[in-house]
Amino acid sequence: MSSSSLVPAPIAQLPWRLILLVLLIAGFGILVQFSSAGGSLMPWALPQAVRFGAFLGMAILMSYVRPDSFKAFAFPAYAVVLLLLVLVEALGFVGGGAQRWLDLGVIRLQPSELMKPVVILAVARFYDLLPAGEIRRWTAIWPAAALIGLPAALVLLQPDLGTASMIGFGGLMVMFLAGLPLRLFLGGLAAVAVAIPVGLSFLHGYQRQRVTIFLDPEADPLGAGYHITQSKIAIGSGGLTGKGYLNGTQSHLDYLPEGHTDFVFATMAEEWGLIGGLFLIGCFFLVLLWGMRVALAARTRFARLTAAGLTGTIFFYVAINLMMVMGLAPVVGIPLPLFSYGGSAMLTVMLCLGALMAIDRDNRGERRRR
Amino acid sequence: MTETLQGLSFTRRALVLGGLQAGVAAILAGRMSWLSIAENERYKLLAESNRVQLMLVPPRRGWIVDRHGRPIAINRSDYRVDLIPDQVRDPERTIAALARLLALPPDEVERIREELARAAGYQPVPVAENLDFDKYAAVTIRLPELPGVAPQRGFSRFYPDGAAVGHLVGYVGTANKEEYEAAKNPLLITPGFKIGKEGLEQTMENRLRGKPGAKRLEVTARGKLVRELSTVSDRSGGILPLTIDAGLQSYAARRLGDESGSVVVLDCLTGDIVCMASMPAYDPNSFSDGIGINEWRMLSDDERRPLVNKALSSLYPPGSTLKPMVSMALLGAGVDPEDIVYCPGGYRLGNRTFKCLGRHGPMNMHRAIAKSCNTYFYSMTRRIGYDAVAVMARRLGLGAEYDLPVVSQSYGTVPDSEWKKRKYKQDWTQSDTLNAAIGQGYVLVNPLQLAVMAARIASGRDVAPRLIGRAHGPAAPLDLPPEHFERVRKAMWEVVNGNGTAGRSRLALDGIEMGGKTGTAQVRRITAGQRGQAGTPWKYRDHGLFVCFAPTANPRYAASVVIDHGLGGSRAAAPVAKDVLTYLFDRDQAMAALAGFEESWGGDISARMARDARRWLAAKSAAGPAPVA
Repeated sequence: MSSSSLVPAPIAQLPWRLILLVLLIAGFGILVQFSSAGGSLMPWALPQAVRFGAFLGMAILMSYVRPDSFKAFAFPAYAVVLLLLVLVEALGFVGGGAQRWLDLGVIRLQPSELMKPVVILAVARFYDLLPAGEIRRWTAIWPAAALIGLPAALVLLQPDLGTASMIGFGGLMVMFLAGLPLRLFLGGLAAVAVAIPVGLSFLHGYQRQRVTIFLDPEADPLGAGYHITQSKIAIGSGGLTGKGYLNGTQSHLDYLPEGHTDFVFATMAEEWGLIGGLFLIGCFFLVLLWGMRVALAARTRFARLTAAGLTGTIFFYVAINLMMVMGLAPVVGIPLPLFSYGGSAMLTVMLCLGALMAIDRDNRGERRRR
Repeated sequence: MTETLQGLSFTRRALVLGGLQAGVAAILAGRMSWLSIAENERYKLLAESNRVQLMLVPPRRGWIVDRHGRPIAINRSDYRVDLIPDQVRDPERTIAALARLLALPPDEVERIREELARAAGYQPVPVAENLDFDKYAAVTIRLPELPGVAPQRGFSRFYPDGAAVGHLVGYVGTANKEEYEAAKNPLLITPGFKIGKEGLEQTMENRLRGKPGAKRLEVTARGKLVRELSTVSDRSGGILPLTIDAGLQSYAARRLGDESGSVVVLDCLTGDIVCMASMPAYDPNSFSDGIGINEWRMLSDDERRPLVNKALSSLYPPGSTLKPMVSMALLGAGVDPEDIVYCPGGYRLGNRTFKCLGRHGPMNMHRAIAKSCNTYFYSMTRRIGYDAVAVMARRLGLGAEYDLPVVSQSYGTVPDSEWKKRKYKQDWTQSDTLNAAIGQGYVLVNPLQLAVMAARIASGRDVAPRLIGRAHGPAAPLDLPPEHFERVRKAMWEVVNGNGTAGRSRLALDGIEMGGKTGTAQVRRITAGQRGQAGTPWKYRDHGLFVCFAPTANPRYAASVVIDHGLGGSRAAAPVAKDVLTYLFDRDQAMAALAGFEESWGGDISARMARDARRWLAAKSAAGPAPVA
């Protein structure tokens, strides 16, 4: 490398394009947390910054792990996280209330978050082990379906529809990339399209309302549609350039609920307008583009599937959250990765990025060896 | 399938997924552009309406003043407490604390609880008003522990003369549901805002109301006030100057004492109503604070009808007060005033005798008015026919509904043959003529009409009663011969100052004399010789009426006094008229007379009203617990 004279090789070899994007996204997020707290570092901006620094360091360290180590790690990790999920369920049952996390004293561990990347690894590992000729057989389907279905069902019991569907989507995507016959997916899609109206008709009135309110939030602006209505007001009132930093009224006067967590995008859009929104969407798109390139360049089948699957997980985070805040999807508690306040989602996404960087390093090492 | 094929398939499918992601990104970018560019105006407005709450500041109501600028209705600053629904954290605890601090009655607590449950946002719920400073302070110092409680200084209506002006000005009150539904004006449900409910307060509402101010408040979703963005100050309502003389109005009301009746005094040149008192009356101050159920019952059960403005809404047979007007008709029809009618104490029509009050002997017009001889008027009215008298009655203001800003006026009846045909499908009879000639039978008038009649006779001018503002000089003369008026006025002078029926009520003033005419109106047809006198129950007794003007030398004021069931005009009504007119010329003499009366009656109006209320309550509780609705 030409820059090796100025910068030590280990630093120059880091994927700076990605790190810059992540810094931009998270830095912007911290800026918005600062505004969301009424122009104060506490209680959100500073902890978020500290956490982000720690997780970024962790991801960079992860990038030195060889992808083959992930391979060996995939099934044991899956087993452990699944066990934790069962444990959470059991504790919740004993404690008499639903809960999603295990209190380990130091941190609160949310196993369902960890399951998002881990299920990708496990399914990718399964198809890695599967001989190429078996891919059109029944044996190519049911073990993967079980790997996905089991944790998804446990999370759904918590109940956490958002996370469960993300686990499902992530696993299915790896199955799709592994080369399962296309008709399975087209058939499945058709089946879902039929099942949704049928399923809705089985729901109670208020349950159905909660799912479908996003189609017409103004029908109940103070009740089920409140979140979406206020979020759309925040985004729409921002206009092209926004109301100016620290000048958002929807967030500062508490009209926007969850303005620093799930609906942080609306808080940002109110103050930074369409320009801020397109900038953020663009940054996320570039991160995903980077991820897909890593996947396409990966050497092994496991690395390919893992890289594409993890990129997909990040994509689902971003897509579901943004569709939710813009009133295109029902309100499910999915945060905007790196941008929303909170540790669990950030940890998950940083784990994904760490693994992606490891695969990227492996890809580049391969090129150098050639 | 080989590994190579699998790799190709992966690349293909990864590219499909990449395309999908690009597509979603494009959709999100498009959606966001739609929200923030195309729908920007709409959402900006919504964000503003979230952020900004408009709070109306009720305007101060315009004063009502008398002809000299003396206040009749003013605003007194008072203390009130409201609840801001959005800010109340624990409604039950807050209401309980307020009930204790302000000593709220249980039904009020229930009302507050209901209104608070229905209320939303920043629209305050009134808790209590007209608080004394101690209670206000007690709430104020506990504010930190009572979020959502808003003690405020406001204004309440005050009528210095109390019951004396009750019927005249009416009262104000909180708008009821129907009034709000009709107007849909948010001002009407703003705490502390009152609208006119009766009398001038109601009819002159637009002039008195003023323009509300407004505060634009920035509030959080939880209703916490962030700051005041801007304030538009209120514009208080216009001052309403009346033609009333507040001193005279108050004097007349007091002079009526415990009687049920009315006094109307007009400026007989301009028509200005300088006094229009009706007693007994309600105290508009207690109505404006919201009247209690007991007070309301006491008023509505009273046989002296304190809720009716008798000057406008009570109709009476005018009795002999009509005789000056009939005389005008006789003169107009060409009757020689010196023609003599012999009074043997009655008048025979067929086989029926119409009684006179005495055996007056030979009567000309002058003596007939002075002595109030029925026989003369029976005979003369028969000569010209009653229809000619009806025309004169209308020219002198009877049967008319005047153009006045009042809630209602009963205009009564001036009968004639056509009227009877229309109403009863019967022909006018000679006995109808005789009854009408002495102001009985079908004739019905209200006290204001009597005063207008007296004023037109006194000045010979076509005066119309006025209540608001200043007149532009005297009214135009009536198209009737001035010498007719002169003759009738002379006879009315005789009634009081000469050999007449009201000799006891002449004015004790140097150079100022009063002319008048007494009247006694039967309440029910009683067989001849048995009139409604002292022995009969109050409500069957005759009404006493008196019309008058002064000074006779150059008439300036005309008046009518009606005392319900007062037995007779000279006995009940004329003495009141005498004192009221005296007040206009010699205030001290009039007040001295009143002081004597009030001492014997047991105090002034408010003292006697308080006494009556205590008696009523005592009687009620003695009669056992009445079912309270």
